[in-house]
Amino acid sequence: MSEPAIHTSGLVKVFGDTRAVDGLDLSVPAGAVYGVLGPNGAGKTTAVRMLATLLRPDGGEATVFGHDVVREADAVRSRVSLTGQYASVDEEMTGSENLVLLARLLGHRKPAARERAAELLEAFGLTEAAGRQVKTYSGGMRRRIDIAASILNTPDLLFLDEPTTGLDPRSRNQVWDIVRVVVAHGTTVLLTTQYLEEADRLAQRIAVIDHGRVIAEGTPGELKSSVGSGSVHVRLRDASARPEAARLLAETLDTPVHLEADPVALTARVTGAGDESAQAARALGRLAEAGIVVDDFSLGQPSLDEVFLALTDHPATPEEAAA
Amino acid sequence: MSTTTAETTYSPAAETLASVLAPAARPPRPSAWSASMTFGWRAMLKIKHVPEQLFDVTAFPIMMTLMFTYLFGGALAGSPTEYLQFLLPGIMVTSVVMITMYTGVEVNKDIEKGVFDRFRTLPIWRPSTMVGYLLGDVLRYFMASTVILLIGLLLGFRPQGGLTGVALGIALLLVFSFAFSWVWTMFGLLMRNEKSVMGVSMLVMMPLTFLSNVYVDPSTMPGWLQVFVNASPISHLVTSVRSLMGGTPDVGEITWVLVSSAVLVAVFGTLTMRLYNRK
Repeated sequence: MSEPAIHTSGLVKVFGDTRAVDGLDLSVPAGAVYGVLGPNGAGKTTAVRMLATLLRPDGGEATVFGHDVVREADAVRSRVSLTGQYASVDEEMTGSENLVLLARLLGHRKPAARERAAELLEAFGLTEAAGRQVKTYSGGMRRRIDIAASILNTPDLLFLDEPTTGLDPRSRNQVWDIVRVVVAHGTTVLLTTQYLEEADRLAQRIAVIDHGRVIAEGTPGELKSSVGSGSVHVRLRDASARPEAARLLAETLDTPVHLEADPVALTARVTGAGDESAQAARALGRLAEAGIVVDDFSLGQPSLDEVFLALTDHPATPEEAAA
Repeated sequence: MSTTTAETTYSPAAETLASVLAPAARPPRPSAWSASMTFGWRAMLKIKHVPEQLFDVTAFPIMMTLMFTYLFGGALAGSPTEYLQFLLPGIMVTSVVMITMYTGVEVNKDIEKGVFDRFRTLPIWRPSTMVGYLLGDVLRYFMASTVILLIGLLLGFRPQGGLTGVALGIALLLVFSFAFSWVWTMFGLLMRNEKSVMGVSMLVMMPLTFLSNVYVDPSTMPGWLQVFVNASPISHLVTSVRSLMGGTPDVGEITWVLVSSAVLVAVFGTLTMRLYNRK
């Protein structure tokens, strides 16, 4: 077993009265994407800042590739890089100047720095924008120049703090593709996100954190199965049939039925061990017998939204609370 | 538009990306000097992109020189030209030392930006970020000094020390200003916003520059004020610069300025770096 990329035990950071990080225990294996999932204010950014040597912990210990983040900060810095929540590049400088500056600071001589900047700009589709100030870039381009800056020296560990917050779907997909390539190349990625889908799609393991501690940890599959075996999602043709459909589902499956915001949609947990599909089929049969037309149905593992709700008793984000 | 094309046509090609990730040997980390110079280069680029910031180092010194030469010249020395021989080294010191406070404002504005996080996670000599700033600022101080010297010459300033004396005077001023700027980098890191940095700066600079020997001979002041004025580092600096430009270097005063510069860097440089690491 190789040494973990990150190991923390009892990590604490206090701001005034707030315990932003409150006894965080993490062990991040090297060579994969590790997702840190939690709502706003859960302590994700604070934790990342401590691991990236930007903040001093108030308690506990943290090591990155075996180096203590306080006592051996310099050794940590030579192996990590950080793409913060806000663009970690100089907005008044051009894309090219930013990369040349960083390349110089990482020890490249001038010609090599220019060459490295040019090849990164090319790979990230920014050659055309190379001579423009970063403040004129779109959100997606900014994120790309930021990530390009972070992989200038191909770090062993890359922190991505909410890399897709505020991006449109296309740019978000681009970032995901980039992350996959970076990981395939051998860099460990610690990704924080408040998007459950993002953690599910990218991360091999996920830590769910809330109020500065880990409340669940495992592969996306493990987290889902810890909550329940699955759910059946049903969409009716006619909204007026929903109360009757809900009654029948509750009766057959013997679990509470969730009425979605969409007036024709319902969801119910299926609790049977091993015979979920049989139970779901029975429930659908009852709907058909009652003459209720089903347009669409699916049986699936619970979403990470449901996982979060089950683990914390509160929704992951305000938007989901409204749903 | 190029924005749109770049946005819509980009799709990350795995091979291209993988090729730029190829683990070429990492170069050795840059020396303290090289890292500082690189940050100095950043300061130059900032001047290139935001040339408005040169307003402080051109218009302000011109205004100061004209204003005080003609305001006090007739009353204090008989004529503006005669007063200028006395005033110019002092007004140069005042203007440049006043400009140093923009360093604090700049540091304060920058520290809030994400790019500082990146600098602080780089494996480089820690003070180089700040030293780079100050190297850029020294260039600004040099420009301000030159502007004042030129306008002075135009108005009739005739330094006895000649080119060498003037050059040495400006050099000494730059050394002191570089050292003094560490006070502002400290405040820039300490204060919550640029307004409070500005507030503190004015509070320090106003008395420090006016209660000195820049405008009038301290022997005309009441005794208690003379004590203060003669102890002021600005007075020592002005006396030194005057002596160099006047062709009669006052070694004692010059030594005093150099030693206090070293002390300023040692004290405020250390405090700045402590704050920088804690931020």
